[in-house]
Amino acid sequence: MEENKVKLSKLKEKYNKSQNLNDIFHWTYVAFLFAFVVYVLFFLLSYKNVSNTTLTINIILLSIIFLGFVVFFVLDLLKKKELKQIRIDGKNIDRHFNIMIEEFELRSIERNSRITKAISQTFIYVFLVFIAIIVLFPFYWMLNSSLKSLEEYKLSTPTFWPKNILFSNYKDAYNTANLGTLFLNTLYVGLVSTILSLIITVITAFAFARLEFKGKNTLFAALLATMMIPGELFTITNYATVSQLKWTGTYTVLIVPFLVSVFYIYLLRQNFLQIPNELYLAAKVDGTSDMKYLLKVMVPLSLPTLISITILKMMGAWNSYVWPNLVANDAAHRLITNGLRNSFTDSSGDVNYPIQMAAVALVSLPLFLVFIFLRKYIMKGVSRSGIKG
Amino acid sequence: MVDSQHKWKAWVYLAPALILLLVFTVWPIINTFHFAFLNDYSSLGSNGGETYQFGISNFTKVITYRGFLTCLKNTALLCVLTVPLSCFLALIIAVFLNSITKFSKLLQTIFFLPYVTNTIAIGMVFAMMFNIVGLRYQSDYGKYCQDIINAGGTPKELFLAQEVIRDGVTYQTGYTADSWGIINNFLTFLKFDPIIWINQGSSYSANIAVLVIYIVWNALPFKILILLGGLQSVNKQYYDAAKIDGASRLTIFGRITVPLLSPMIAYVVITGFIGGFKEYTSVVGIYGTSLGPTGEAGKLNTIVGYIYDALAKANYGVASAASLILFLIIFAVTLVNLYVSNKKVHY
Repeated sequence: MEENKVKLSKLKEKYNKSQNLNDIFHWTYVAFLFAFVVYVLFFLLSYKNVSNTTLTINIILLSIIFLGFVVFFVLDLLKKKELKQIRIDGKNIDRHFNIMIEEFELRSIERNSRITKAISQTFIYVFLVFIAIIVLFPFYWMLNSSLKSLEEYKLSTPTFWPKNILFSNYKDAYNTANLGTLFLNTLYVGLVSTILSLIITVITAFAFARLEFKGKNTLFAALLATMMIPGELFTITNYATVSQLKWTGTYTVLIVPFLVSVFYIYLLRQNFLQIPNELYLAAKVDGTSDMKYLLKVMVPLSLPTLISITILKMMGAWNSYVWPNLVANDAAHRLITNGLRNSFTDSSGDVNYPIQMAAVALVSLPLFLVFIFLRKYIMKGVSRSGIKG
Repeated sequence: MVDSQHKWKAWVYLAPALILLLVFTVWPIINTFHFAFLNDYSSLGSNGGETYQFGISNFTKVITYRGFLTCLKNTALLCVLTVPLSCFLALIIAVFLNSITKFSKLLQTIFFLPYVTNTIAIGMVFAMMFNIVGLRYQSDYGKYCQDIINAGGTPKELFLAQEVIRDGVTYQTGYTADSWGIINNFLTFLKFDPIIWINQGSSYSANIAVLVIYIVWNALPFKILILLGGLQSVNKQYYDAAKIDGASRLTIFGRITVPLLSPMIAYVVITGFIGGFKEYTSVVGIYGTSLGPTGEAGKLNTIVGYIYDALAKANYGVASAASLILFLIIFAVTLVNLYVSNKKVHY
């Protein structure tokens, strides 16, 4: 008995040691394999016009790495075999040996899972940062190009930071595209249409949320049904209508047709419905008028939604292209996006990119400022609305 | 009740919205059908007092017109390429964003940035990145080099080189340019040949590739936002249960994450297809109003572009017919999507 116990404890210790070594061998050969794959990839990418000496050196290095992989792989296999043998030996002495050594195995699994987690986390961060760089790159390249001189832009090897920073590009861009007028036009159209649209949305949503009238639900369902139809279908008749009304080339044509958004009405109505009806009845008993109740209670309570709507509406005015291009493409009423596209008609060929990019940066700047300061409202509004602008 | 004496009041509140909707939404729906079924209806003729017959010639005109088929092909191709790609990428990014703790907010903000951009303006940035400035075809590179050296300059490097034999003499030909653009600079850095993406003489697949890259870049933020929102509302207990059972990461992703997220995925795919069939401004952003590389106007036109072209030429009948066809396509694709998702989506 005593002899067996000594034997068992020795086997247990041996198992522990082998287990640890096995782990080390395992991760070493994984690392070698990884290094081998990365090396091969890089080598293949730079394969063209490589001299013979570099080729030999590379092949020698690769074989060493591969040898390392093979050696540790075999060692790992041997250790695994040894572990198996120890288990069989132990079981011959005591049939509960497996339970006795479970502790070591658990520790090993835990350690391995920690390493796997660390590797996968690193991989995730590398991937996300890589995508983030791709996402950010156009913005960086826009700013970089907008500060260069045309000669520097045309260099065959690009410079990643302008040698001479030319802020005058921005002045030139401002003058070429007549951005001042365009900014003011867009601001005017955006502000007026947002304010009017907010008023209409609030009173309509209020009527649907709180007031009682015949056919309320049918009417609301009919409104929602119009949301399924693509906007292009409306554009044709609207174009005919505004031409007949002689609205083309005025601010009215840019504002009026899009004042009512069924989706915003829906959004706000849902928000209004969450406000308890008891408040409304109490206000009624106190003799408060509907209008006063709406302005003093409901509007403040649903302010976040209203802010989201305001931002999205303003962004819509800033980004709208198709309709303004169709109906108000004269110098006096042109909006910013049209102005940009019309002032810089060419996209390919020999274009003066520094000036063009300066104009693009100027047009993009307000959107970024709004995003930085009102990120929360934009993301909330977008995730609920699912529409662009 | 309190409200009963004020029933008329509701209509006062509703009046502005309803009047505007009647004029700019309800009337157009009816009128578009009216326009579409009047043979060759155009505003110029109708102002001149012409009358039109009822018929379907607008539809036959649209369908048999070759330009429309190009638009249809471009639009369908863009849809088929961009929607799966952007949805898949967005799903991976959302799952990864959900599994990290540090810098999660910062990365989320970065990934959302393309959403708050002007499609036309950033399209111009993409055009710049792909454009080649001063692209020239050198039919005899040797002579060109000699001329430049004689004039005291240094000749430009030759790309896409080919040897052409004329009258028994071998000439080296290929392209030179002032600046190949940053994307081609990357390609040549990685020892690939540069590609003519959007310049004159570019191939159709290169043109489409640029559009796909831009549209995916542009479409990712919205999809990531929706999918991440869905992931964050998934009950953590499912994952804990799977971990106890020893499920691998891939199994967890395939058996738990995707099924629980399927309503959001379906939403993202459907809105992606609807948006894809209405693609137009991205093309204008990159290729300008000519909708194609220099000398090939309309090469990359889309259905919406076709409608606006017809409208600008006052061909209301054709435009209306095309817009009804677009509506039908979107309707059919959405129905198919809903049918598929009803079978696959776990609510």
